[in-house]
Amino acid sequence: MHELLLAAGGPGPVSTGEAIAFWILGPVALAGGLGMIFSRNAVHSALWLVLTMLSLGVLYMVQQAPFLGFVQIIVYTGAVMMLFLFVLMLVGRDSSDSVVEVLRGQRLWAAILGVGMAGLVVGAVARALTDVQTANLNGPDANGGNGNVSNLGKLIFTDYLFPFELTSALLITAAVGAMILGYLDRHSKGTKRTQRELVEMRFRGEYARPGSLPGPGVFATANSVATPALLPDGSVSGESLSRLIDTTASEELSGDVTSVAGSGEAPDAHALVSGANRSDTEENR
Amino acid sequence: MTPTYYLLLSALLFTIGAVGVLVRRNAIVVFMCIELMLNAVNLTLVTFARINGSLSGQVMAFFVMVVAAAEVVVGLAIIMSIFRTRRSASVDDSNLLKY
Repeated sequence: MHELLLAAGGPGPVSTGEAIAFWILGPVALAGGLGMIFSRNAVHSALWLVLTMLSLGVLYMVQQAPFLGFVQIIVYTGAVMMLFLFVLMLVGRDSSDSVVEVLRGQRLWAAILGVGMAGLVVGAVARALTDVQTANLNGPDANGGNGNVSNLGKLIFTDYLFPFELTSALLITAAVGAMILGYLDRHSKGTKRTQRELVEMRFRGEYARPGSLPGPGVFATANSVATPALLPDGSVSGESLSRLIDTTASEELSGDVTSVAGSGEAPDAHALVSGANRSDTEENR
Repeated sequence: MTPTYYLLLSALLFTIGAVGVLVRRNAIVVFMCIELMLNAVNLTLVTFARINGSLSGQVMAFFVMVVAAAEVVVGLAIIMSIFRTRRSASVDDSNLLKY
């Protein structure tokens, strides 16, 4: 596989295949980034970012870094983005962004600054690196000889051994930190009240009412939630109706109202009579 | 085409990430924008490794990936614990330290 990937090498200009890959994947990566910024839904943002990361991974492979390309696909799009999606699903409904601008003109200024920064950086890089002599990774110390993976391993365990050990400390710190931050103490006193404590608090008046709200009444004539419950003295209990019913237009509930009042059409008394007889009676009419 | 185009692509991606950090309100999306900036820097490192013919740039990108993974774990845990106390993942709502 990586002989194929490294075939793009050789000092000198970039091969045609690589140019084609770049001009396809580069715009795809940019589109993913823009889609991530502009989509309102956070899950869509995450999926756009997955697109960007996948195309960057392929660009790494094209650029003689097959190991990093696969790590990018496995670790970033496989693990990190799935972690993002998990947290998005846990956070849930709140994940869509608010449209309200807290600072006035923030989006406009961010866009202006972004365009300015892009212009500056792109201009600087384009002017500074006009004729780049690409050395390419073909020497025995680079991708030649044992290839990319084993040379990277050699480098990590010789020249970069100390940073690599520091990395292990970092990972342990991150794991412990995530455990501490994510830990929920469910069993200790004070975090969760028992049923007895809840009842005592209710009767002490710390809640609005000691019991639960009455449910809507279900009569023999109607099973609609718009039917209020009747209190023992026969009066209507307004608390038994959902708040949604108050906000619903009365025309939408008129069918229920007539059926409860009994003023509408009565059920067909001949509904159970067999079909042949009914057609006879209709013809007689 | 020269490898400079990769650097230009990565500059554009970094800018998109920076604008996203400025514009978006959802803490998780802000975090994703930071990831995009880290990825853009990785592309730069890989490109320079190739231009200079040395693997050190790729090792550096590898370390950036490790640090990014650790950062994601801690950051998402922080976002989760903020969400648990304030029932919101919006960066505007965590304003206790504002005054």
